Amino acid sequence: MAEYVLETRGITKYFPGVLANNNVDIKIREGEIHSIIGENGAGKTTLMNIIYGLIRPDRGEIFYKGRKVEISNPSVAIKLGIGMVHQHFMLVPPFTVWENIILGKEVTRRGVLDKDSVCSELEKLMKDYGLSVPLEEKVEDLSVGICQKVELIKLLYRGAEILILDEPTALLVPQEVEELFEILNNLKRQGKTIIFISHKLKEVLRISDRITVMRRGKVVGELNGKDAEEETLARLMIGKTLESPKLESYERGEEILRLEGVKLSPRLRNINLTLYKGEILGLAGIEGNGQRELLEIITGLLTPEGGKIFYKNREVQRLDPRILREIGIGFIPEDRQRTGLILDFTVAENIILGRHYREPYTVRGKLNLPVIKKTANDIVKAYDIRTSSVDKYVRFLSGGNQQKVILGRELYSNPELLIASQPTRGLDIGATEMIHKLLLSARKKGMSILLHSSDLDEIMTLSDRIAVIYNGEIVGILSPREIDETILGLYMTGVRKD
Amino acid sequence: MIGGILSLELLISALRMSVPLTFASLGGVFSERGGVVNIALEGIMLVGAFGAVVGTYFTNNPWIGLLTAMSFGFLIAFIHAVVSITFRINQIISGTALNIMSAGLTTFLSRLIFKAAGSSPHIEGMVQWRFPGTNWQISPLIVIMFTVIIISQVVIFKTRYGLRLRACGENPYAADSLGVNVIMMRYSGVLISGILGGLGGAFLSLEHARVFVEGMTTGRGYIALAGMIFGRWTPLGSFSACFLFGLAEALRMRLEGFGIPTQFIQMIPYIVTMCVLIGVVGRAVAPAYDGIPFEK
Amino acid sequence: MIRRILINILAPFLAVLLAFSVGAIVIYILGENPLFVYKILLINSVTKVDGWGYVLFNATPLIFSGLAVALAFKGGLFNIGVEGQIYIGAFACAWFGITFNVRPLIGIPMGLLFAMIFGGLWGVIAGYLKARFGAHEVINTIMLNFIAIALTNYLVNNPFKEPGQINPIPQTKELFSGFIIPRVYPLLNKLGINLSPSVPLNYTFFISILFCVIVWYLLERTRWGYEIKAVGLNPKASRYGGINPNYIIILVMFLSGALGGLAGVNDVMGYRHRFLDGFSRGTGFTGIAVALLGKNNPIGIVLASILFGILDRGALAMDVFTNTPRELIRVIQAIIIIFVAIGNELIFRLLQRLEREGE
Repeated sequence: MAEYVLETRGITKYFPGVLANNNVDIKIREGEIHSIIGENGAGKTTLMNIIYGLIRPDRGEIFYKGRKVEISNPSVAIKLGIGMVHQHFMLVPPFTVWENIILGKEVTRRGVLDKDSVCSELEKLMKDYGLSVPLEEKVEDLSVGICQKVELIKLLYRGAEILILDEPTALLVPQEVEELFEILNNLKRQGKTIIFISHKLKEVLRISDRITVMRRGKVVGELNGKDAEEETLARLMIGKTLESPKLESYERGEEILRLEGVKLSPRLRNINLTLYKGEILGLAGIEGNGQRELLEIITGLLTPEGGKIFYKNREVQRLDPRILREIGIGFIPEDRQRTGLILDFTVAENIILGRHYREPYTVRGKLNLPVIKKTANDIVKAYDIRTSSVDKYVRFLSGGNQQKVILGRELYSNPELLIASQPTRGLDIGATEMIHKLLLSARKKGMSILLHSSDLDEIMTLSDRIAVIYNGEIVGILSPREIDETILGLYMTGVRKD
Repeated sequence: MIGGILSLELLISALRMSVPLTFASLGGVFSERGGVVNIALEGIMLVGAFGAVVGTYFTNNPWIGLLTAMSFGFLIAFIHAVVSITFRINQIISGTALNIMSAGLTTFLSRLIFKAAGSSPHIEGMVQWRFPGTNWQISPLIVIMFTVIIISQVVIFKTRYGLRLRACGENPYAADSLGVNVIMMRYSGVLISGILGGLGGAFLSLEHARVFVEGMTTGRGYIALAGMIFGRWTPLGSFSACFLFGLAEALRMRLEGFGIPTQFIQMIPYIVTMCVLIGVVGRAVAPAYDGIPFEK
Repeated sequence: MIRRILINILAPFLAVLLAFSVGAIVIYILGENPLFVYKILLINSVTKVDGWGYVLFNATPLIFSGLAVALAFKGGLFNIGVEGQIYIGAFACAWFGITFNVRPLIGIPMGLLFAMIFGGLWGVIAGYLKARFGAHEVINTIMLNFIAIALTNYLVNNPFKEPGQINPIPQTKELFSGFIIPRVYPLLNKLGINLSPSVPLNYTFFISILFCVIVWYLLERTRWGYEIKAVGLNPKASRYGGINPNYIIILVMFLSGALGGLAGVNDVMGYRHRFLDGFSRGTGFTGIAVALLGKNNPIGIVLASILFGILDRGALAMDVFTNTPRELIRVIQAIIIIFVAIGNELIFRLLQRLEREGE
């Protein structure tokens, strides 16, 4: 019996322009919970995709139970007993749970799927591992937490011995995280090996037997879970110590935005909310509780069925995005690549989007190219956007720089209200820090910000107040200085309500 | 007058008119369930109609004609698969190019083989099957059609193949992560659609016309796709929709004696198709990755 | 930058070469000498002044049709309905041309305008159905082709049929002289180019070049162009940017249909001086090939149209002087579309890689 159940030696993978994995050696012991931490872009997911056979490495070897293996595709990994839960779930939404679980390892009788025997097998499996999911329901009707359990059962059904979980807690509330950890510990007791990918230090410290730290494609440390400390990990992970942003105190100003009884079936039942000048109001909630619809209503993409929205005492619920921008509202949409930017437009063209039709950018129907270029150059300089030229397609910019293009565009015209949705999702720590600074300095100048994020740390540190949305209603307005994440989680899951 | 129009005869005529559409529509279901939009069905039907005549012309055996039709359809579908799955070219562009190519190719070959532009010589049709003990006759192709409808319905919704095929159309990345060979599944869907589309075309030339005429599909491939959408990407639904289109076409032929200019009667199927497409919007949801190339 | 231009030209060139190689194999299998067939094809088009005249005459409607497809592409729409828009535009143009007896200074612009308006309105049907109901434009534009062909067939056979005609193909009366766009041979003869009067090349060709410039200016220098391209690339981001994609869809389909309508003008006002049933014969579909090969770029479209003009001209000669049926040209056209599309895609991926590595 080898010492390690899974070992990689010298794994190296180039992507165009990036060295995603540089000589990576990791050693996983049987029956442990092994965390791999690192910030976004450190190469954790690439490494896991290589182990799972989704990507081929340029160099390096993988040893499984002491034997060298070639994992050329996921089927090989599955046969060896390696399973992976991806950060973005790999589920087929219109399929039922049991169909999703058996996909790729179907049981048939006389050529037809044998649902009965599959379901009874799954029932037994769920009992053994203390997991329970509704087999007959369609995945598209299930919550994130349940989908994750479906993913776990998928792996167990395939007899996985090693379970890789890529950022499994990203979309969970604290209570769901607790439940997940219980399940993972339970699986460990039954002899499974778990590889836990995360960038959240507190969680990693709680659950891990051992921890491997990655930075810029390299392994920079290997520690025992018991001995590790948050500060040491953070330093290894980022290469320097971080100071979390500090909110300066503020005086509540005049009212900027007020929502009264906003409704939109089926998701929004009754939203009442007020935002004041110079504050950051955090919006927290589990995905699918209506926050997306709410933000689309405020930004003019959707029209509510009932209720009113006042911006500086003017009714605005029927206005389109163009007019909302004109009267001083800026938007940072959730999905920067799909809704925030036009990837095949240049930096300059993206920078004028939303104001492109106005002077000085357009004069009598004709684009004023010199002015557009000059403005773009100004913004690129002011917001430190790294690009060789404003004529470069935004597609070729890094995620952080893409987000800065959006921020620069929206902040340049000094809006009084900024709607920011997931402004730092998927960005590395450096870019996140920069975005946070920009938001805070905008607040200092008196801008009001509605900040929606699924990163509870971000909500807790940046917000003056937090509005929690649950099932289409605002169930609480909390002060981040007076609560902790657990209490926030109770509101988000609808357990507590004001 | 209404009684004269709505008769058993009309229904039988509607059924016959619906056969080519149904075959092509079923083909569309296999292709699009796997995630590939197959607008090339128009061209596939056309080469199918041509193949059926060529095969029958040389062997005097309509069954050989049928086989030729299926293999011609298969070939066009194969090109569509290579271009849109392997090379990940926009599926509409690939389909449109293949439709242009099929139109040119069939005329080109028809002139080479039959030494006449426009149309081929007349050929023997299929021998009709007789119901035992009666005088009722039925085309073997109609029997085949009903068999294929039922088999398709079972295959797509009840078997391992169907589950995997649908997964490739709904979320190929999930299928891929579980070791399903998405590329192969998509190829299979498109190739099946080629065979079925070819059969549909064969019915046009073997049963309806007994001759190949340049461009004789006149948009039936597209109408079949509308039928598939109306039928919500299911075999049974597609058949029902195509039967409706068949009814429209059968009625159209009845109307020709009533003094309405033929051109307006000819427009009926196209207008019906447009209306159906408008009516269906928002209620029929395509597979989520229909038309989107899969890139590993 | 130079590298990008180079591969952008190289790829279509290779695609055309490859398509002709496939054609050569077919010709060889048929037992003829491909070089001989291709020589015949070229001799009758590009080695003589008259040949060039015919080539440019053939290219004229293709330029309009290619622009129509390209403009729709830029707006994210597949206008496969150009063929129908050509018939509707051409018929409208002929209808006014046989109705109003006016001077050329009024008649010619009026003819162009009506071709544009009616072609545009025919295009708007599919645009409206997409904007209002979300009905996909591909099947709808194709259905509208069949309807347009049947409709004009009815009109030219019944109310507008030229009385006393024995011509097997029905046609309308001749246009009033004020609607006739003159041929260019008198001008060229004055310039010392010896084009014979029988060559139908007319001033519509110059109008088509003018429209290339107009379309380029519209797309690259105006707010409309910016919004069209934005919606074409990303409708959702455009909505965030305060652009209403539904208006743009309708606008694009109108403009694209208008260009399609103009593609009928060459035949109606510049050549036959009447509407002839079924005259277009797939010009609208060839426009798709032209737009792809020309990469939706006006200069590219002109060059691609000229190439297809050569093929059309050569096809006639092929029919007369060889045993290879002319439909081979249509097959080659389709192969060009496929190869160009593959080439474009491969280059896009290559460029993407180069750009990323260049960081």
